Amino acid sequence: MDGTLFFLFAAIAVICAVNLVVQKHPINSALSLIGVMGSLAILYLLLGAEFIAAAQMIVYAGAIMVLFVFTIMLLNTGVEKRPKRQSWMAALLGIPLLIVLLGLLSYIVQRGVEPDLLVKFGWAVRGPLDVGGGPREIGEALFTRYLLPFEVTSVLILIAILGAMVLARKEMD
Amino acid sequence: MPAAVPLSWYLILSAVLFSLGVAGFLFRKNLITVLMCIELMLNAVNLSFVAFSYKFKLVDGHIFTFFVMVVAAAEAAVGLAIILSVFKNRSTLQVDEIDSLKL
Repeated sequence: MDGTLFFLFAAIAVICAVNLVVQKHPINSALSLIGVMGSLAILYLLLGAEFIAAAQMIVYAGAIMVLFVFTIMLLNTGVEKRPKRQSWMAALLGIPLLIVLLGLLSYIVQRGVEPDLLVKFGWAVRGPLDVGGGPREIGEALFTRYLLPFEVTSVLILIAILGAMVLARKEMD
Repeated sequence: MPAAVPLSWYLILSAVLFSLGVAGFLFRKNLITVLMCIELMLNAVNLSFVAFSYKFKLVDGHIFTFFVMVVAAAEAAVGLAIILSVFKNRSTLQVDEIDSLKL
């Protein structure tokens, strides 16, 4: 069950990410990015991070992507113009070198992590590995050990709101 | 299908998504799509934060992911405002045509 869920949503995430890169119109890229974020939320749930999964759906797939889609519709620039392919060498070597890079990356990661550490749904919350990624644990850590960074982020958000308003306003005079 | 997957597969997925984000950042010509590829890279890094949080049995990785989300929200708001004002001044979003700083 865990393997099936992982492969299903990992495949959806990779396909949507490839679609993000190859699509010509930005609205298609934005919708693919929403697919990536939704499937990543499921993977967070499999890893036991319930609060992060909910925040991923609400903040990323909800708020940030709505902002992106609004901007795309507001500007309405249409399909992007691409330059003609200049280098035959890049076209010839690109895909094999990409496969070599990904193979090397997975080899290094596979060697670095001990192979017997398995991820099973529910183990992180009530099981052998007692991590706990629910709102209670996150809240406890956020309001005790990480209180100062948490307060600083509120100042950061305030500055971002003011900056966005100043940058995007219409000239009055 | 295995009943449980090794943790390294999550990290490999994270690496693949990050590489795709880098590729899009380098190859795409539209300013908004470039910003979306940055978001994809942030998401990939978040996945490895949560995976390592599972490995070390700590909640700190979740907290860090939370902060990354906050910073990404601020970055998207300011970045899209900058894109709006660039489009108002130059009426294009092609990164090749916005080259005033080029020598």
